[in-house]
Amino acid sequence: MAFESLTDKLQNVFKNLRGKGRLSEEDVKLALKEVKMALLEADVNFKVVKNFVKSVEERAVGQDVLTGLNPAQTVIKIVNEELTSLMGSETTELSFQPGKSITVIMMAGLQGAGKTTATAKIAEKLKTKGKKSLLVACDIYRPAAIEQLKINGGKINVPVFEMGTENSPLTIATEGLKEAEKIGANVVILDTAGRLHVDEDMMTELQEIKEKVGVHQTLLVVDAMTGQDAVNVANEFNEKIGIDGVVLSKMDGDTRGGAALSIKAVTGKPILFVSQGEKLEDLDQFYPDRMAGRILGMGDVLSLIDKATQSIDIDEEKSRDMAGRMKKGKFDFEDYLESMKQMRKMGGLANIMGMLPGLGMKNMNVDTDESEKQLKRTEAIILSMTPEERRNPKVLNPKRKFRIAKGCGLDIAEVNRFVKQFEQTQKLMKQFGGGKKHGRGMFPGMGGFGGMGKGGFPF
Amino acid sequence: MGFFERLKNGLSKTRDNFVKGIDNVFSGFSAIDEDLFEELEEILIMGDLGVKATEEILDKLRKDIKEKHIKEPEECKQLLIDSIMEEMKQPEDSYAFENEQSIIMVVGVNGVGKTTSVGKLAGLLKSNGKKVLIAAADTFRAAAGDQLEMWAERAGVPMVRGTEGADPASVVYDAVNAAKARNVDVLLIDTAGRLHNKKNLMEELRKMNKIVDNVFPNAHRENLIVLDSTTGQNALVQAREFGDVCDLTGIILTKMDGTAKGGIAVAIESEIDVPVKFIGVGEGIEDLQKFNSEDFVNALFDISE
Repeated sequence: MAFESLTDKLQNVFKNLRGKGRLSEEDVKLALKEVKMALLEADVNFKVVKNFVKSVEERAVGQDVLTGLNPAQTVIKIVNEELTSLMGSETTELSFQPGKSITVIMMAGLQGAGKTTATAKIAEKLKTKGKKSLLVACDIYRPAAIEQLKINGGKINVPVFEMGTENSPLTIATEGLKEAEKIGANVVILDTAGRLHVDEDMMTELQEIKEKVGVHQTLLVVDAMTGQDAVNVANEFNEKIGIDGVVLSKMDGDTRGGAALSIKAVTGKPILFVSQGEKLEDLDQFYPDRMAGRILGMGDVLSLIDKATQSIDIDEEKSRDMAGRMKKGKFDFEDYLESMKQMRKMGGLANIMGMLPGLGMKNMNVDTDESEKQLKRTEAIILSMTPEERRNPKVLNPKRKFRIAKGCGLDIAEVNRFVKQFEQTQKLMKQFGGGKKHGRGMFPGMGGFGGMGKGGFPF
Repeated sequence: MGFFERLKNGLSKTRDNFVKGIDNVFSGFSAIDEDLFEELEEILIMGDLGVKATEEILDKLRKDIKEKHIKEPEECKQLLIDSIMEEMKQPEDSYAFENEQSIIMVVGVNGVGKTTSVGKLAGLLKSNGKKVLIAAADTFRAAAGDQLEMWAERAGVPMVRGTEGADPASVVYDAVNAAKARNVDVLLIDTAGRLHNKKNLMEELRKMNKIVDNVFPNAHRENLIVLDSTTGQNALVQAREFGDVCDLTGIILTKMDGTAKGGIAVAIESEIDVPVKFIGVGEGIEDLQKFNSEDFVNALFDISE
């Protein structure tokens, strides 16, 4: 997970702070030195770090902290607030032209930042918002770039307009717009060639397209792993072409992603999307406040909840029904299977655990691959049961278990173990289901986490 | 034309805006004091050397200054340059693969320039009179094979490829056998970009590496990791993780024609001892050069000659 290591570091810093009742000025300075190191190691730009640490220090040293009841919390709060304000305090969305007019989006960035992939991912995302996109292949330089866009367009079922490599990008963009009118698309996404920010000719090409075609939104695609140079790149693109937002790519690596902080601080432009994964649907909205929270080890609980509500079938009736039964301890294998499906929809174990507070994967020392495998085995066991057995676990006798074991290709001991753990979970659920009401149909999915966090989930 | 001239020539004036030359720093100081060290720290960190390598370099510098009783900032500068240059020096057998029958596997994360580097390397070797074969083992990314095919054509080198979605290990197997049968001098294997924290993809690479060893145990092996010079501290993790599944013998540092300094290579060299072998400085087929530590350090500090 991005920022994971930074989270670990800051947590360590604040662990030391927490140990004390009161903070001296030196304590604050010491802690901030660590913060500075952590941020630098996370590739946040040197100057940005300098300013950041200064502003935190100004606020932290002195009365604010020293007379506060809980000094450590005060420091954390200040760092968090400053970090959030640095990242931009609210979520920004792509803006579209009103009514039926066509919105033209231009993608720009260095070579290898991931523009072509991001282009397709955005189109896929816009599909769910009811937009009809046309992708226009303006990269006439990189060998096979057009082919790549065509293949990606084919995968998501979005038309791609191209004119080979003989025409200028400007001509292609202009013709692309006409094509969009013809086929009734309302969003045109121009995939341009990767270019260096110091390459005057290539930068002029983008300026021309922007002016003459009438681009509404220019998005800069930046590799999340970028180092100190991110600031130069973003600044140059912004000054020469003018950008409206940033797409942060390759966030599924383990980079700490300090570039995100730097770019926002220097250009003031919002990060609109976060691209993380090889599949074309792996594009997420960027939430600056959540990201700040994640850096500080408060976990990305909000993202998790959001993902959960999105993934879980909003079949309120069904959810409420399930939650109700869970409270009574009548959670059966069908429900279990359903929870498992929902968890998978949320991006699997590794993804979910990364978002939970204090559960950096390294700390947890959990082999998620192994756990995923275990989950699959568990699924096989349930799928080898008859519908009746699933709904009524009590009917399971040795003979049935033996049949199930044969069916799923596992040892009978494993089937036994699973059923036993399941019964324990049932009991646990009953205890949990005391009184509180759980809104938004969240409980079934979260029930799974409750068990997971305590190591009680049967796998 | 050397890489440094090309770098200087090829760039527009814009680059000068970023230049905060080390010369300025040293000439701005009349004595060696903490302020000078702070400035140096800034230059090194802004060059992506990272906190750790920067600290090590500066600690060593302090020690040297004390031992050698150096008083002038000017001498201090030479000391600093020399120490980094020493660190980045090439081992003597760096390019031994050119004189042997060898197999070069090119690896790295997505978008760093692997395919382009393979194309350029093919051109370079071919122009040196080598018999080269390219294997397109990136069967994942859309149109990667097509992209490489165009490079192969430019270089005038034959290519072995699999269908999109095919098992890359099978492409490697076929390619190594073909290299053996055709008795080529160098087999270049282009692999799919993969993030180093994706376990399955890394295992796939381990398998490919093993296949090469098994099918052609006598070949000289090179595993080159391609690093984007704009990458920050994560490149160190990349080098470590890739080194874990296939022994790395060198680095290709790409996109050095931008404003990034590629200083992370210094950190990699000092921490895991993998030397930079090639540098990519442009989009043309001739824009790949052997690494020269002097040019590199000069560019790092942007010393104009």
